[in-house]
Amino acid sequence: MLTVENVSCRYKGGPEILNQVSFSVEDGRFLAILGNNGVGKSTLLKCINKILTPVSGDVRLDGSDLFRLPGRELARKIAFVAQTVPSAQMTVHDIVMLGRRPYMRWGFTEEDHRIVHEAMDRLGVSHLRGRFLSRLSGGERQKVMLARALAQQPRILLLDEPTSSLDIQNQYQVLRIVQNICRADGITAVVVIHDLNLALRFCDQFLLLRQGMVYRCGGKEILDRQALKDVYKVDASVVDVEGHSMVIVDADEPDGMDAGL
Amino acid sequence: MNLDKSIWENSDTATAYRRNQIRSAGFLIGLAVLLAVAALLSLRAGSYDTPVLELVKGVFGQASDSKINLVVRNNRLPRICTAIVAGAGLGITGCVLQAVLRNPLASSSTLGVSQGASFGAAFAIIVLQMGAAAGLGTVAIPLCAFAGSVSVALVILGLSRFRQISPEGIVLSGVAISAMFTGGTTLMQYFANEIQLNTLVFWTFGSLGNTSWGDVGRMAAVVLCSGVYFVWKRWDFNALLSGEETAVSLGINVRRLTLVNMLLCCLTASVIVSYIGLINFIGLAAPHAVRLAVGNNHVYLLPGSAIAGAALLLLGDLVARMAISPVILPIGAITSFLGGPLFLYLLFKGGKRSVDG
Repeated sequence: MLTVENVSCRYKGGPEILNQVSFSVEDGRFLAILGNNGVGKSTLLKCINKILTPVSGDVRLDGSDLFRLPGRELARKIAFVAQTVPSAQMTVHDIVMLGRRPYMRWGFTEEDHRIVHEAMDRLGVSHLRGRFLSRLSGGERQKVMLARALAQQPRILLLDEPTSSLDIQNQYQVLRIVQNICRADGITAVVVIHDLNLALRFCDQFLLLRQGMVYRCGGKEILDRQALKDVYKVDASVVDVEGHSMVIVDADEPDGMDAGL
Repeated sequence: MNLDKSIWENSDTATAYRRNQIRSAGFLIGLAVLLAVAALLSLRAGSYDTPVLELVKGVFGQASDSKINLVVRNNRLPRICTAIVAGAGLGITGCVLQAVLRNPLASSSTLGVSQGASFGAAFAIIVLQMGAAAGLGTVAIPLCAFAGSVSVALVILGLSRFRQISPEGIVLSGVAISAMFTGGTTLMQYFANEIQLNTLVFWTFGSLGNTSWGDVGRMAAVVLCSGVYFVWKRWDFNALLSGEETAVSLGINVRRLTLVNMLLCCLTASVIVSYIGLINFIGLAAPHAVRLAVGNNHVYLLPGSAIAGAALLLLGDLVARMAISPVILPIGAITSFLGGPLFLYLLFKGGKRSVDG
């Protein structure tokens, strides 16, 4: 179980972005971090992975403190897929191979190569292994980065807005893959996402942030009219459409637009 | 050299990846062959005209004429080895600096190492009044040049350590420090006499002909040690191409990686520059030339940059010696003169690919 306890974070010389954030996720669950722009969603994700160092708080995996682990050990437990997908002049195979870097000594072993091939197969990018990443579409690049993360053999997968630059087909494909990974491997996935309907479709746990603090954390039921009003300042309902929950905004414009905000 | 364009499109990609590996390895072997040919041509070049076989025998002290043994072992071979070691060092450090500073224009020259060395040499020649002709000058000038370039490295290191500046900031600091040291050198030149000015100008020309076997050995030891370290970190440099956050998430201490490698590059370049004077463009052009052929994978890029750097410097030296023989042109001027157009060619041939990683 991933447990985040009282994590607070601020950028040097700036105001506090996160204030005493606490939540926990069971193994194999898919958690969505939600909230409006600038609330600290990506910051929270990066604090979990020690990309940013919080001013206080702990992150634990099955009770053991992750912040005490050296970088290489931490990378064997947590994989991170950044919002910006690089366009490096490296082959897909080499990019996925990077996922074995936390296990590498002088060079890669046969076992490393086997795991990399397996990860590429699972993400359906094996046929691209000889292509340069810079020549792939956005969806293909995102899958390659997921394969790289999978090659790390992590317990936790962190994804920072993985669907923000993808078309609808690739959005569904990528999130479906992550959902399947969670279910099949018992990996815990934490995703920062703006699209509430995608989150409702694929995630099974939700963390709503407001003003750097946890507003609510739980299942689909926490996303109700009041929560949407308080967090996003919109009048909206969560309705059931053919068995799927969807957020329908009542008004055309959010509060404040009329006032020229 | 644009090898990657066609091979993937209509071929089985499982074998295409293997083919890419073979092509990259083949490119490195091709470069090594070019280097060997350049070394042979360089061995033959000179006023003492001898058949190649005799020259090769002379390398092992087995030539029929003892004069050949002497010329080869005491004159031509140290020069060739100097070019190979120095070129390899400048090429590989340029490649590493471009990786850790995430800047395609980074090289020891752009960081101000060369300017620091010039300042140090000027200090030895003008302030300490140790001309190259004086016995002490042959030791003092390289030592002061080394101290000058290391001081640049230390200033940059201090700035990045205590002021927490970004890689872009490091490159800009290098530009500022270069200007400062160039200004200092000019001021010293203003007060120098004619002999001192001549000595300094001759030193800044760069020369591969003034190194002893001992100098070559010391240079080789430094280049080899730093080279092994760089190759050990090859996948860390690859990870940096995926972005700083991704590199951190892969367990890499990006800040330490940047600082340690930057310092090591500056030290290696300082040692080289202190022995052979200012040689520009090798550190910039060699990695870009290799990148066009093998992409950004540092598994191939690092050795490729070293071999290409050695070949470029050796060929530059060949041009310097052969252009208007028996006059030997300054190697620093030749590498800049030929390196500039070569770099422009690579830039326009590779377009965006060559610089954006």
